[in-house]
Amino acid sequence: MELDAIINQAKELIDAAQDAATLDQVRVEFMGKKGKLTDLLKGLGKLSNEERPAAGQKINVAKQQIQQAISAKGEALRSEELNKKLAEEAIDVTLPGRTEAPGNLHPVSRTIARIESFFGELGFAVKTGPEIEDGFHNFDALNIPANHPARADHDTFYFNPDMMLRTQTSGVQIRTMEAEQPPLRIISPGRVYRNDYDQTHTPMFHQVEGLMVDKNVSFTDLKGILHDFLHHFFEESLEVRFRPSYFPFTEPSAEVDVMGKNGQWLEVLGCGMVHPNVLKAVNIDPEEYTGFAFGMGVERLTMLRYGVNDLRSFFENDLRFLKQFN
Amino acid sequence: MKFSEKWLREWVNPALSAKELSEQLSMAGLEVDGVEPVAGEFSGVLVGEVVECGQHPNADKLRVTKVNVGDGELRDIVCGAPNCREGIKVAVAVVGAVLPGNFKIKKAKLRGEPSMGMLCSFSELGISDDHDGIIELPADAPVGTNIREYLDLDDTSIEVDLTPNRADCLGIRGIAREVGVLNNLDVCEPAISPVAATIDDSIAIKLSAPEACPRYVGRVLRNVNVAAATPLWLSEKLRRCGIRSIDPIVDVTNFILLELGQPMHAFNLAAIEGSVNVRMANKGETLTLLDETEAKLNDDTLVIADDNKALAMAGIFGGLHSGVNSDTKDILLESAFFSRDAIMGRARQYGLHTDASHRYERGVDSQLQRNAMERATALILQICGGEAGPVIEACEEDKLPKQASVLLRRDRLARVLGITIDDAQVLEILERLGLNVVQTNEGWEAKAPSYRFDIAIEEDLIEEVARVYGYNNIPHVAPTAALSMLPSQEAVLPINTMKSLLLSRGYNEAITYSFVDPKIQSALFPDAKSMVLPHPISSDMSVMRVSLWPGLLGATAYNQKRQQGRVRLFETGLRFIPQQDTPNGVLQQQVIGGVVAGRRNEEHWDLGDSPVDFFDAKADVEALLALTGKTGEFSFVSAQHSALHPGMTAKILLNDEEVGYIGAIHPQFTKLLGVNGRVFVFELEVEAVVARKLPSAAPVSRFPSNRRDIAITVKDEVSVGNILSYIEEIGVNQLVGLNLFDVYKGKGIEPGYKSLALSLHLQDPEKTLEEAEIQQAVDTVVKGLESEFEAALRE
Repeated sequence: MELDAIINQAKELIDAAQDAATLDQVRVEFMGKKGKLTDLLKGLGKLSNEERPAAGQKINVAKQQIQQAISAKGEALRSEELNKKLAEEAIDVTLPGRTEAPGNLHPVSRTIARIESFFGELGFAVKTGPEIEDGFHNFDALNIPANHPARADHDTFYFNPDMMLRTQTSGVQIRTMEAEQPPLRIISPGRVYRNDYDQTHTPMFHQVEGLMVDKNVSFTDLKGILHDFLHHFFEESLEVRFRPSYFPFTEPSAEVDVMGKNGQWLEVLGCGMVHPNVLKAVNIDPEEYTGFAFGMGVERLTMLRYGVNDLRSFFENDLRFLKQFN
Repeated sequence: MKFSEKWLREWVNPALSAKELSEQLSMAGLEVDGVEPVAGEFSGVLVGEVVECGQHPNADKLRVTKVNVGDGELRDIVCGAPNCREGIKVAVAVVGAVLPGNFKIKKAKLRGEPSMGMLCSFSELGISDDHDGIIELPADAPVGTNIREYLDLDDTSIEVDLTPNRADCLGIRGIAREVGVLNNLDVCEPAISPVAATIDDSIAIKLSAPEACPRYVGRVLRNVNVAAATPLWLSEKLRRCGIRSIDPIVDVTNFILLELGQPMHAFNLAAIEGSVNVRMANKGETLTLLDETEAKLNDDTLVIADDNKALAMAGIFGGLHSGVNSDTKDILLESAFFSRDAIMGRARQYGLHTDASHRYERGVDSQLQRNAMERATALILQICGGEAGPVIEACEEDKLPKQASVLLRRDRLARVLGITIDDAQVLEILERLGLNVVQTNEGWEAKAPSYRFDIAIEEDLIEEVARVYGYNNIPHVAPTAALSMLPSQEAVLPINTMKSLLLSRGYNEAITYSFVDPKIQSALFPDAKSMVLPHPISSDMSVMRVSLWPGLLGATAYNQKRQQGRVRLFETGLRFIPQQDTPNGVLQQQVIGGVVAGRRNEEHWDLGDSPVDFFDAKADVEALLALTGKTGEFSFVSAQHSALHPGMTAKILLNDEEVGYIGAIHPQFTKLLGVNGRVFVFELEVEAVVARKLPSAAPVSRFPSNRRDIAITVKDEVSVGNILSYIEEIGVNQLVGLNLFDVYKGKGIEPGYKSLALSLHLQDPEKTLEEAEIQQAVDTVVKGLESEFEAALRE
């Protein structure tokens, strides 16, 4: 009976313990070297050999019960303490993070990057060249002789009669054809310059020109690639039309219009089959090779794509404008 | 070229609306820029006759009239026009008429007098901006006729933006031919019959420059009345094509220009001394032009001269002295063929551009001159009276352009277009275009008519066939090509990777103009030469940039003025540095540059509000350089730069070569630049950072690394950069890491000195380091620093 009383007493004390130290005192009181159960065990020696095993077993059972109770309580106390600590550590997760908001590519670069990607996947290499050009690369090699009315249409910024800011990136095509033999597939993005400044013209703007020269490149190929490009660029099945036009460096030549949301045709690029004189100027035999070339105004495409309505905003670099292109 | 739709329909009249016709022209390569009605929208305006015209009793400037519009009653109408008078035929808006702008004519009383309508001016009917007075119609205008009918106002002006190759369409005749081709209709050309000479007067014509002028047709007309009125039908045709009526002679020559595309000129015969000589100008020869300016001629300019002087700039502009004036009685009419090469670019040289030069420099039909002369003669005699002499023609046949005969190969056509068009259809298209075609085994041998002088090579024919066949009837097919892989050099860092890095560090990309303000550029770079644009858009965009900084700083000021104080922008692009022995004498060098200003961080609940400093900008540059995998090869050394703060400037070196600068803008420029606060800039040559080191892997040591901290004091002026690179250079074997973790000045440190705390990380790939080895390495470093930098170890 004494044993049951001890167990009950221990359990009461365990229940009452509020922290790890008190709980440990309980353990010492009952199971320490001088603990109550330890004393009982020591008292087993006074019992007869017959009584001893049963009594011993009882005490051991009691010891286990108390040990379990202490462990359970210990676990509960630790868990309580952890929860308390976690509660104290709680933060307002809705506070803004400690971050630097990333900036954006300029919308013109963004468009150029998309164009490079569409054509790059078809094996068109990206080529760039100088922006201050000589008359040969900007005009002569492109079948635009001096005094040709097409030169006057270019509003060229001249440094002197034979040096100018390039009016088109076509000079890059000439340089490429001078250096490499067909088959050729290139695009050349970059800045071009025209002496004109108003609501719809800036004296500097960007073009991407493309060129493909191979044994059997035809007008149907040109139509095919541009058709594909415009659909993928705008991600819409736009109505596209090819309208005959004239450029000294291509023949046949075409301007390409897309149907705008307002029901009006909008011109988005010029193109054509490379003029035999251009091929001859770079020692490519036009009988052996044919090619197409196209040129597109990057700002125009960007305006249509993202709804920019003032061309000049591209070069003001207003952060409130730039930050919209994320 | 602007033309009247009705005029075109006199020549060829397809069953198409104005809109459909415009669409068809655009799709044939004659791009229509605009279609406008030739008059405003109005109704109820009739031809009337002013039967009585008297002074208004209560108003000096008004008149009271009685006007007959043919319905049996005379209307009282008050009119304020000074040219209103009895007997003239006028345009009467009767009560109930609606004028442009939905202006309704009602019964009215003007200063007490009744008015039952209005006499109209051209501007009130939306016909022209002429509001000098009311319209005066010809005396034979039938009273009561609707003005819209009488003036044939249900017409449109169509403006086509012609490409330089289609000079044949710079006249009604050419456009009519084109419309005929497109609709498979015959063109009905007006019959031009020779006008017989009634006098013998002639003049000798000499072609001294037959290459430039192989054909010159002249004709003397005597006793013409230059004061005669140009008939309304003619001035209306001119107006609808965008040309003002001047006098009957000029109007007729302009009519021929518009109708046939042949520029003509009329001289005052009395001003010509001796014969006509078409020659090159003498260098320095002067000619006073019709607009009274004096041109100093170059010897590449063709002139019409007499025995003593130049009379006109051939094909470009007439001279004042020989011009037709109100006293002129006798004229010499000119209808000439000048070669394209002789006129191209010449007008521009003199700052001129005329309807004649526009046509001649694009080309004129070489067979047109005589017909044009006959048509002009007939019209002038009809309008001004007078008598015509015989047609005088000087011509060097062999100098006239030859009509090209061009072979179009069936195979080539198919190869260039990518489709096969039926032989019959090709033939039909070529013939409709007026070409003389012979079929051969290979294809077609085609001879162009004289007006299609643009057709010279096979491609010209291919384009014509494609154009008439319809570009939109040609299918679009994805091209095929060999799948050759593009080379990609891993050791070349893509510029887009550099851009991405800066974007992720909070920069936005800017694109600024390549031409900048010389005031700013020369302030920041006083020693740099720059390329100057002789004809810039404006003076503040007149020199080519020698650095990205002027543009980026302009963008910074722009944003700061708009409450965008925190600026982080970068740009990539060319800078233009004049330099001998480079192509075109200018080094066009790609650079990447940036600008940083304002707070270090966006306003934030936990991040401080300190402004950016040098080390923010430097960190971004260091990050860029780190992309190359060659951090150790780059160094920043203290330097001076004209644009930068003398104490906050570093030159960036790759090995020992200068590849860029970083620093704070010198405060003396803040006002000029319009920027606020401290602004940091950097610029690097892209070529220096694109070469990337390919990784070469080394095994990672399995043995523990040991950290030892040392603190030293050195004089203030000793660069920490030198200390760090020195430690790396002395090559302590097991040193795998080196960090500077504190820089301290102040209490406990002697003035003029600073304390540096460094951590050395030591590790051996093969074994665990013994304490003695570690200590030895640390000692080597300390001893080196002591001797090299007079450093003292702080215990």
